[in-house]
Amino acid sequence: MADAGEVKAVLDARAGDVRSQQQRNLAVRVAIAVVGFAVLVGIVNVLTHGDFLTVGNITNVLRQITFNSIAAVGQTFVIITAGIDLSVGSLMGLTGVVMALFANAVPLDNGVLLVIATIVVGIAVGCAAGFINAVPVVRLGLPPFITTLAMLQIARGLAYILAHGQPVPLNSNAFAGLGTGQFLDRVPWSILVMVVIVAIFAIVLTRTRYGRYVFAIGGNEEAARLAGINVVRTKTLVYVISGGCAAVAGMLLMARFASGSPQTGTGYELQAIAAVVVGGTSLMGGRGSVIGTFFGALLIGVLNNVMNLLNIESYTQQIVLGVVILLAVVLDELRKRFFAR
Amino acid sequence: MPLLSMAGIVKTFPGVRALDGVSFEVERGEVHALVGENGAGKSTLMKILAGAYSADGGSIAIDDKPVVIDGPKAAEALGIGMIYQEFNLVPDLGVIANIMLGIEPVRGIFLDDRAAAHGAATVLAELGIVLPLGRPARRLSVAQQQMIEIAKSLVRKARLIVMDEPTAALTDRETDALFALIGKLKAQGVAFVYISHRLEELPRIADRVTVIRDGRAIETRPIAAMPQDDLIRLMVGRALDAHFPQLPPVAADAPVVLDVRDLCAATHVNDVSFAVHAGEIVGLAGLVGAGRTEIVRAIAGADVPTGGTIAIGGKTVVVRDPASAIAAGIALITEDRKAQGLVLGMNVRENTTLAHLNAYTQGPFIDHKAEDDVTSREIAELRIRTPSGEQIVKNLSGGNQQKVVLAKWLIGQARVFLFDEPTRGVDVGAKAEIYVLMVELLARGAAIVMVSSELPEVLGMSHRILVVRDGAIRAEFTREQATPDKVIAVAAGVAA
Repeated sequence: MADAGEVKAVLDARAGDVRSQQQRNLAVRVAIAVVGFAVLVGIVNVLTHGDFLTVGNITNVLRQITFNSIAAVGQTFVIITAGIDLSVGSLMGLTGVVMALFANAVPLDNGVLLVIATIVVGIAVGCAAGFINAVPVVRLGLPPFITTLAMLQIARGLAYILAHGQPVPLNSNAFAGLGTGQFLDRVPWSILVMVVIVAIFAIVLTRTRYGRYVFAIGGNEEAARLAGINVVRTKTLVYVISGGCAAVAGMLLMARFASGSPQTGTGYELQAIAAVVVGGTSLMGGRGSVIGTFFGALLIGVLNNVMNLLNIESYTQQIVLGVVILLAVVLDELRKRFFAR
Repeated sequence: MPLLSMAGIVKTFPGVRALDGVSFEVERGEVHALVGENGAGKSTLMKILAGAYSADGGSIAIDDKPVVIDGPKAAEALGIGMIYQEFNLVPDLGVIANIMLGIEPVRGIFLDDRAAAHGAATVLAELGIVLPLGRPARRLSVAQQQMIEIAKSLVRKARLIVMDEPTAALTDRETDALFALIGKLKAQGVAFVYISHRLEELPRIADRVTVIRDGRAIETRPIAAMPQDDLIRLMVGRALDAHFPQLPPVAADAPVVLDVRDLCAATHVNDVSFAVHAGEIVGLAGLVGAGRTEIVRAIAGADVPTGGTIAIGGKTVVVRDPASAIAAGIALITEDRKAQGLVLGMNVRENTTLAHLNAYTQGPFIDHKAEDDVTSREIAELRIRTPSGEQIVKNLSGGNQQKVVLAKWLIGQARVFLFDEPTRGVDVGAKAEIYVLMVELLARGAAIVMVSSELPEVLGMSHRILVVRDGAIRAEFTREQATPDKVIAVAAGVAA
């Protein structure tokens, strides 16, 4: 094949073309999104008499979405493998209780050490629960809907038992900084944690071998297996990541309220799934992104905030949220059909 | 006046003319055997009759009245019953519910269970068969499930029943019972189209036989006037075409690269032993379901071997999963690229590097530049027709998809290539390119095992041919010894 070199050169050039074309398309889309967003913000701002676009309110929105977006990041990994994790809300409650009990029981005078040790314990509990979620899924092929539904019940019950049915107030105020304090007196710690987690897992999903395998398994598990990918390990790890993310969200909630409450996180699993889906990740697996999930959580958070500012009562808010979730997915589907091929 | 007459039926699939003006008639009360190689067009013809496909040309008449069969319902209304090799039963429903599926008698808005039971029992009594009515279909034997399918056709007043490989999964006794049943229905005027690879059973059951080859009906004769030799000759009749490249001879001192000893697997692989030398292609011939795919899957760890040894280059390797086989230098190019070979939603680049991503990483991160380089190289060398490596493989043609699968394995260090139906659903041009590629692999010292249901391909592209039947190797031919007749005879269980 004498002309293989030429073909390659042409292809390289064309790959470059495609990529710059893609970049142009992306730029156009971003521009449209930014303009649209600005217009929307302007309207909202006028409607709310300028209450929306204040540093205080924006910070507030971001702080409110930290829990959901962090849990949703882990959920994104699970859903890309065509799985689902219903246990994250209960795990937020369980890990919060466990961490509060641990922090109260351990005689550590050094506040930073105490915080670190507590977080490690909480994340370990979340990851262990995720591992338990995964085992029947990867070993017996049971539907993750079932195993994580069971964990939803078990973890919640365990949280109540451990906490004797009452919130466990933190004795130490070592967590006050994390809960309500601000980094450099400007950015709340919880927002910083969220940004770091979103960034790390966005990179893991798009830039590492592990992320590629997650997509491959969601797209075609058998082809992935035959390509030598360790499907058991890869899938197990997505549930562990999800459990770990739930623990981080549980930690932030505990720090925020200075106590670990067994009822914390009730219903959050559905919030997280909503953020993932609104963010463009396919429940059928094989497609999705962490960044999309973050914007999904942000959209839901902004909507809640705006409706609060407009004094829309909470029943109506629920309806609006439901409609937005449906619209987001319908629009995404229509877009896909329109741009198919 | 024939019951069914199909005339000049044409059907084209992208790149393939599956049926090229087939004419076919069935008389009342006749069992008409339809034979031909895999891919000859039998199934396509029957699917047109059953309304699963629509013909691009030709006409169909029943009782000399032209009819239009535009869907399964239309076929059913015309009295055509279709029993596929894979049954269409609802596994968790009982016998009665399955027989009455879609035509359930009702009273008002409620199911009329009594009428259903009566209707089913009447048909079963007519057939003279006894089935455990309450048991879900999945807990019945294959023969019993087949009886349900037949009863299903008859309840729908079928006058012509098409059966695709009905005896493939039956024991001898069950086959006898089936034939007795067919005889009984025949006497009542029901006609059958009987598709089978088991040529030896045709004289027992068929009245006439039609041979289909390359999308054409070659010949129809009374079965008594069709000796088996003639039948085989008519089935494979074409001369081996010259599309195959020259196979370089295997060097006399070529080392054994793949040595399989007493290989067993739970997927009906029984004590399979063979060796493949460097620069050699060994073809596995046999009928669909004979166990050829299962043999290569066991070697590649796709199914776990339960016994025997596999040695690569003289060193025994333990194959327990695909990863260990790949590490040992074994590449399996699977028969179903959509289900097993590709992640269709990923692009060419991601599919190409999927099995060897280790080689394209820097630290924990994927090296996109290296990925781009290797993908561009493979696109150029394999002439994959794609706008770029970023194209989603779902949007490529069959031949180009197959080349992406090949690229996935070529970029690794494999020495043993197991090709399972490498040219299925691939157009002629891409076929030739795949053959050339196989010869190039030989020059690199690779050992190749090729499974193919296309006899000319096996004969034209193998140094040696092993014939597989019932999960074991039944005969070995050199390229010079092998003739279509000999191979078919062993594969169909007529000889050896």
